[in-house]
Amino acid sequence: MSGTSPILELSGISKSFGGVDALADVDFMLNGGEVHGIVGENGAGKSTLMKIIAGVHTDFRGTMRLDGAEVRFHSARDAQAAGIGMVYQELSVVSDLSVAENVFLGRQPTDAIGLIAWRRMAREAGDHLRGLGIDVDPQARMGSLPIGMQQMVELSRVLFSGARVIILDEPTSALSPPEIERLFDLLRILRNGGRTIVFISHFLDDVLRVSDTITVFRNGRKVVTAAAADIDKSWIIERMIGAGHDELEAGYTKDIRLCSKDCAPIALQADHLSLSRAYRDVSLTVRAGEVLGVYGFMGCGQIELVRTLFGGLKPDHGAIRMGGRALRMTNTAAARRAGIAFVPESRRSMLFFLEPMYKNVSISILDRLSQLLLKPRKERQIAGEQVRRLHIVPPSVERLVGTFSGGNQQKIGLAKWLNFLPKVLILSEPTRGMDVGAKADVVRIVSGLRDQGIGILVASTEPETVLAMADRVLVMKKGEIVREFANEVISKDRLLAAA
Amino acid sequence: MSAPGTDTTAGRPSSASPPRFHWLRDQLRNIAPFITLLSLVVFFSVASPASFLTWDNLANILTQISVTGIIATGLTFVILCAEIDLSVGSVANAVGVVLAFFTAQDASVNIANVPLPGWIAILLALVSAVAFGVVTALGVTVIGIPSFIMTLAMLQIGAGVCAMLVRGQIAYNVPDFIKVLGSKAVGPVPWIVIVAALVLAVGHFVLTYTRFGRYVYMVGGNREAAEYSGVNVKAIVASVMIIGAVCSGFAGMLGVAHLGSAQQDEFVDYLLDSIAAVVVGGTSLFGGQGGIPNTIAGLFVLGVLNNGLDHVKIDSFLKVLIRGLILLAALIINIYAQRMRSRWT
Repeated sequence: MSGTSPILELSGISKSFGGVDALADVDFMLNGGEVHGIVGENGAGKSTLMKIIAGVHTDFRGTMRLDGAEVRFHSARDAQAAGIGMVYQELSVVSDLSVAENVFLGRQPTDAIGLIAWRRMAREAGDHLRGLGIDVDPQARMGSLPIGMQQMVELSRVLFSGARVIILDEPTSALSPPEIERLFDLLRILRNGGRTIVFISHFLDDVLRVSDTITVFRNGRKVVTAAAADIDKSWIIERMIGAGHDELEAGYTKDIRLCSKDCAPIALQADHLSLSRAYRDVSLTVRAGEVLGVYGFMGCGQIELVRTLFGGLKPDHGAIRMGGRALRMTNTAAARRAGIAFVPESRRSMLFFLEPMYKNVSISILDRLSQLLLKPRKERQIAGEQVRRLHIVPPSVERLVGTFSGGNQQKIGLAKWLNFLPKVLILSEPTRGMDVGAKADVVRIVSGLRDQGIGILVASTEPETVLAMADRVLVMKKGEIVREFANEVISKDRLLAAA
Repeated sequence: MSAPGTDTTAGRPSSASPPRFHWLRDQLRNIAPFITLLSLVVFFSVASPASFLTWDNLANILTQISVTGIIATGLTFVILCAEIDLSVGSVANAVGVVLAFFTAQDASVNIANVPLPGWIAILLALVSAVAFGVVTALGVTVIGIPSFIMTLAMLQIGAGVCAMLVRGQIAYNVPDFIKVLGSKAVGPVPWIVIVAALVLAVGHFVLTYTRFGRYVYMVGGNREAAEYSGVNVKAIVASVMIIGAVCSGFAGMLGVAHLGSAQQDEFVDYLLDSIAAVVVGGTSLFGGQGGIPNTIAGLFVLGVLNNGLDHVKIDSFLKVLIRGLILLAALIINIYAQRMRSRWT
């Protein structure tokens, strides 16, 4: 993009969270009238940088220049006033209000006596949306629109508030191909009108198609900025994962041979499961004694899929079978009684922080320990075994779970199911936020459980986790299973390319 | 890491401060009611030593808190589960009226009632209590109406049942068995005090020593975690709503005998008193923390306060205000206790 002047210039940006560097000495520049794609793995620092630009993170080092003048935003409101708007992956629309009200959110026009000028609002919102080529009834209830349209309306709200720089975080993850097409058309119109679009995405094909410029991040550093026309997907992947650049990361392109167990009996089978917009027509089998990895980007539908398999969500279509019989999954208790165990991705949804460790561990097997009266001594003894087995520190079964460190809390969430001896164990993001040692512990435990003959499903957005644990890998993309890796050689770059 | 509000581990201390150091702070919800109780007893003893500090008056206080105590036992289950039941007074009233409706009344009582043998009347009253609980439970768990609103509707339905059955009249007679429990005494101890103590003891036993009790605490402590531990959360919530209604109904039967009449709007004060007893006692409004011992402490605080105010020279209109202020103070402590404990989660 020669001839255009930089709108926004960042230099020497650093930011750390609790002693961990999220961004280290990053220089970054945005030009007027460009679509700038931002790519990188989870934790590469792209979201952190965008939140600094959008005024969400205010505590950082480095300088930011807008139109050549140094600025420092103290809030997202500051950034908006300066013409920088952000559309998050989780849309912040109000589904019970009309489209027009959403466009005018927080800035409703009023008449002479301070009442909301409904008619004017509807008319102006309609004009604005039509001007962007968005064909929608301004009176329609927001929640009744498809996600793609809701996203367009939110985008138009950001534009309407006067944004010159619009940051889109994973805008295509929930969209169908025609919706993506429409979004891209709109982005091109905006760019030609002189606005700057920042497009953060895991979907490299989408980034390549719509961007003029692409910047790659890795481990909190900017790796490279290049014109999109000069590069391709494999070039980007290579720079994202740093092959040949960093000895530490050499393992990322290392070939891993999958030893799938095709003959083992099926422990759990899902047939043609669908759940509204979350996922469609998902069929899979988990065999006894194997680890099935399900890999996909955030928002690909795996969070909803694993909840369905544990009876927490009801699918619209399809059946879940164990031992050839369809399960009546009326609730999670039914799934547990059938022999399924589930460890969710967030500690908040698996632990009782204000209860002692032993009660957190015994909860899943209380009905086996006792029919009527509790057996606290037995509970403590069982919890004590898990403390030793999982190296939980400090080794106390009485300690309230909220006072353990994050990694140890995660182990306690897993410990809950180790006495249960499930037939099928479902793990969602089992290593999220763990340090290297704790990750190794979890990989060791999961391998041990597999060797006991338990069928294990590991759903993760972290390729390393899937590669370290799985015997067979399914790749999920936008709610569908798009690729299976079995009995073949796999590596991180191939996994990323499939997603 | 891209979406706001996702669970990140950054910025959380890797090991929180040792629990023993914060014992006092963590026990705030358990200590506060005892300090309040002690202060009230000391205050009233000094203010009116001759009439407040007597055995007779202790018996008075115990009798006065008995009906509330039975209702509060059920309500403790409900609040521990992070739900609420606003229909307790109304259900108590309705069940008490049902009991009287099926009991032979004096000729002077002009209601079209259906006299049945005493044990059948008691049984029917209990069935009606269970029925109230089941309707509430279905509304909350199957339909998904928040318990706050659902029990508000049940409050009105209970009042409606009372109105339909007594039609503005007052019934006086209940089966002999209930009459004994509600208004007679063994030696110096009224039966109703013994019954209330038994109900509280059973409640404590169930909550502390049974599997069901553990589930109540866990569901109240973190409903999502309970669900993903394979606990049938809806069944537990339904059970506590039914327990709440049955306790209220039982209290209503004894209350009718204790008060000597069954009529409309007889139990209005019991709603506030029983909720106040549970909350003043320190059971968390967010669920999962507290228990029957807290409720007992709360019952005594309220009992001593209500009783003591009668022994000092004070504007009787001011009493209502004082009770409100005490309740407000308890709520503030309740919220702060919760906030302090949640700090390291």
